[in-house]
Amino acid sequence: MAEIKSILATDCGSTTTKAILIEKQGDEYRLVVRGEAPTTVEAPFDDVTVGVVNAVSEVEELAGRKILDETGHIITPMREDGSGVDLYLSTSSAGGGLQMTVAGVVKAMSAESAERAALGAGAIIIDVIAVDDGRKDYEKVKRIRELRPDMILCSGGTDGGTVKHLVELAEMLVSADPQPRLGIGLRLPVIYAGNKEAREPVKEVLGDKVDLRIVDNLRPTLDRENLDPAREAIHEIFLQHVMQQAPGYGKLSDWVSSGIMSTPNAVGKIIQTVAEQMKMNVLAADIGGATTDVFSVFNGTYNRTVSANLGMSYSICNVLAEAGTSDISRWAPFDVNEADLRNTLRNKMIRPTTIPQSLRDLRIEQAVAREALRLAFEHHKTLARSLKGVQTVRNIGEIMEQKETGATLVNLMSLNMIIGSGGVLSHAPRRVEAAYMVLDAYQPEGITMLAVDSIFMMPQLGVLSTVHPEAAAQVFERDCLIKLGSVIAPIGKMKPGEIACSVTIDGEAHDVPFGSLKLVPLTAGEVREVTIKPGGRMDVGAGKGREMAATVEGGAVGVIIDCRGRPMTLPDDARSRVEKLREWHIALGLEVE
Amino acid sequence: MGTAYTPGLKVSPGTIVRKQRRLPLKGRVLVNVGDRVSAADVVARTDIPGIIQTVKVAEVLGLEPAEAMAALQVKEGDEVTAGQIFAETKSFFGLIRSECKTPFTGRVELISPTTGHVGVRLPSKPVEVSAYINGTVAEVMENEGVVVETYGALVQGIFGVGGERMGRLAMAVDSPDDVLTEDRIREAHAGAVIVGGSGVTLGALRRAANGGVLGVVVGAIVDTDLVEYLGHDIGVAITGHEDISTTLILTEGFGSIAMAARTFALLKSLEGRDVSINGATQIRAGVIRPEIIAPLDVKPDAAEAWAQGQILDIGTSIRVIREPYFGRLGTVTKLPPELVEVESGAVVRILEARLNDGAEVVVPRANVEIIEE
Repeated sequence: MAEIKSILATDCGSTTTKAILIEKQGDEYRLVVRGEAPTTVEAPFDDVTVGVVNAVSEVEELAGRKILDETGHIITPMREDGSGVDLYLSTSSAGGGLQMTVAGVVKAMSAESAERAALGAGAIIIDVIAVDDGRKDYEKVKRIRELRPDMILCSGGTDGGTVKHLVELAEMLVSADPQPRLGIGLRLPVIYAGNKEAREPVKEVLGDKVDLRIVDNLRPTLDRENLDPAREAIHEIFLQHVMQQAPGYGKLSDWVSSGIMSTPNAVGKIIQTVAEQMKMNVLAADIGGATTDVFSVFNGTYNRTVSANLGMSYSICNVLAEAGTSDISRWAPFDVNEADLRNTLRNKMIRPTTIPQSLRDLRIEQAVAREALRLAFEHHKTLARSLKGVQTVRNIGEIMEQKETGATLVNLMSLNMIIGSGGVLSHAPRRVEAAYMVLDAYQPEGITMLAVDSIFMMPQLGVLSTVHPEAAAQVFERDCLIKLGSVIAPIGKMKPGEIACSVTIDGEAHDVPFGSLKLVPLTAGEVREVTIKPGGRMDVGAGKGREMAATVEGGAVGVIIDCRGRPMTLPDDARSRVEKLREWHIALGLEVE
Repeated sequence: MGTAYTPGLKVSPGTIVRKQRRLPLKGRVLVNVGDRVSAADVVARTDIPGIIQTVKVAEVLGLEPAEAMAALQVKEGDEVTAGQIFAETKSFFGLIRSECKTPFTGRVELISPTTGHVGVRLPSKPVEVSAYINGTVAEVMENEGVVVETYGALVQGIFGVGGERMGRLAMAVDSPDDVLTEDRIREAHAGAVIVGGSGVTLGALRRAANGGVLGVVVGAIVDTDLVEYLGHDIGVAITGHEDISTTLILTEGFGSIAMAARTFALLKSLEGRDVSINGATQIRAGVIRPEIIAPLDVKPDAAEAWAQGQILDIGTSIRVIREPYFGRLGTVTKLPPELVEVESGAVVRILEARLNDGAEVVVPRANVEIIEE
């Protein structure tokens, strides 16, 4: 490949198309400018490329150079006169993203593996069907018919296992005669990733009624998942089928230097790349207007979940419905009237682009964000878990701890970094507010770096990482990620006021009582070796009461010592709760209202 | 100049309205381009194939799938009626008989030697699509549906619940500031779409529903009343399929907010006319807003085009749509070009306005709506 000097990447979101221009400056790749324009998949445009061209025009203006030719096409490769770019890449979640139904034999086993495969490929799961899901056959048939997914992933049976149940699933599909969401009259793509012995009988039943693709079993044995072949098939169908039906995507596919990726799939790629390169456990959350995506890599295992109806504008009332008014208002450092809160959130839902003008309004929005993040994380923990149904040899300690198969892989004590993304976190008026929301929602344990995505360019960097990993990693580290600082959070419980943790930084000891927060200034790039001495019943990673040495890093916020205990509890009575919240706000340098 | 938040809601006394009427599956279009249609006329029809119900023959007979296949008395394509014997076995010199009957009427569409199941496809169900508005067929999408066009008044609301209804428009209050209370709903409102002012009480909504009122159009509602009326909370802003007899359309929002004077005056001018309304709302990609359409008899030379890109200027009338001045009306006095930090700490483009009570305020431009004069 000739040397890549200039890269343009777009992300076509459901409301905004974002373009970034990356150029090689000396030895490193850096973000140059960013442009955006409304996405144009809806009438009257019905063509995604209109929004792409508008966003790229803004990039042209800001960068002061030509990228589009006279006909409005992106010039690739870069010409001698300096116009155009060497690579053009794109991701997309416009037009409702990739919507899938997954099916399996056993809900907690093959159906769950299928769910992980589809989520990891960037899909929104609209239903999970399993032989044992408790619904009657006709109810499942009705549901499959009503939903109109973009494709169905069918799994089940270990290789050499059940055939009958898979044929039953296939029969159910035939009964439902499902139609794809896009392209009236087209056959629905169905990926079969189940028992290889059942391939022929399933093929016989499904025949030419659907567009059937057969791939390797995603759960060939009980103790092994093989999700990649199914994920690749999903990606391929997304490109060939879904993208071709969406307005203007045929044209966009011709423009890009590599296949269009679904946005969450691309974000997953960059998170995996970062975790691998830095040898870290990473958790990332992207909280948008409609959905919240959570990505994690723990000990090399990647998981993604999407909470399709938890968001800060379109879905804000679903956060209200799921969390309830009391769980939202518990984070507000003042009294909140329930009826007012409900009306406020409804008005935000119907006018999603308004912004908080008063501090009080901002605190309410940030309270909602905490609940949306928390609920999406709970959802993530239930899916990011070890394989169920696997017999394991357990030692006495594990038996005593009652560890079961199917336990969550999310281990906060071993988590190294949390990356927050999405308007409410990336654009919080003060960086410490983003750190505070993440602290409350995730309650990290031990030592964890908090960071935010500066301008949400993880999708573009994700697709770039598949073509030019070096450029993607450099821009991610230098221009995308804003480190907020390390958090030191001992787990356990003590009496209020007792010293829960003493942290010595630069020779100065910071004693923090139980139930308190402390912010120690340390700017970005500054790294310190510290000594942490937890209180008798507290553990910061070395065991209860055991002192440990650790490395912490500063950031836009500094180092936060969080001694509120884990699990963190808020006072029950409203007055004490408000007092406590005010104290924590002040400790972090925040005004209350 | 600058941009204000605008949900792009149309309030027009006369415009061309085009409604796409589409079948869920391919079917038959019953009208031609140029045909005059009434709101209730069926314009397209299709049959939705019935689902397949499974009869577990092998299990009923206690046989292996292959043995069950041998005992089958039907083949693929056979029409069957409920109670008909599907398969029969005899044993012990014919003295013991086992039989499997179908509980379903339909057509045998699937016989599976692997599972020993027989699938019976139930009869299809007809699905019809009506014209929804009085107008003319402007376009036919072969086998899929039509576009019906009319000239008429159009009011788009900001949020609604309940589906399509057609009825006569009636004013139930005198002023856009009035709350629609129970006592304002009369027997004569049965079969009508009624208009209230700044809000509607739960009692009024219930009375409207019980009294056969087809639709209620008001400025706002208190959220807890809406939840009570529906019997469930609304999570995601996708509505229109609620199981309610009275469609509700809000023109302004939640809480208590007077209906915009212009909207109220337009609806008042349409009193007594047949209107088509739909509460369906979707506030995300593919925005759908609730609507009130009143076809008019005049044939326009040049109908008013959709108003696009409302512009904020000094003197523009606005309404603030977010706290701390939520719902207040005023006039723009200054439009500073630079970004300004507001109380929350956000650095945004703002405007200065004089509210109707004389207060001079600063508001983010994203937090105001232009009021069309």
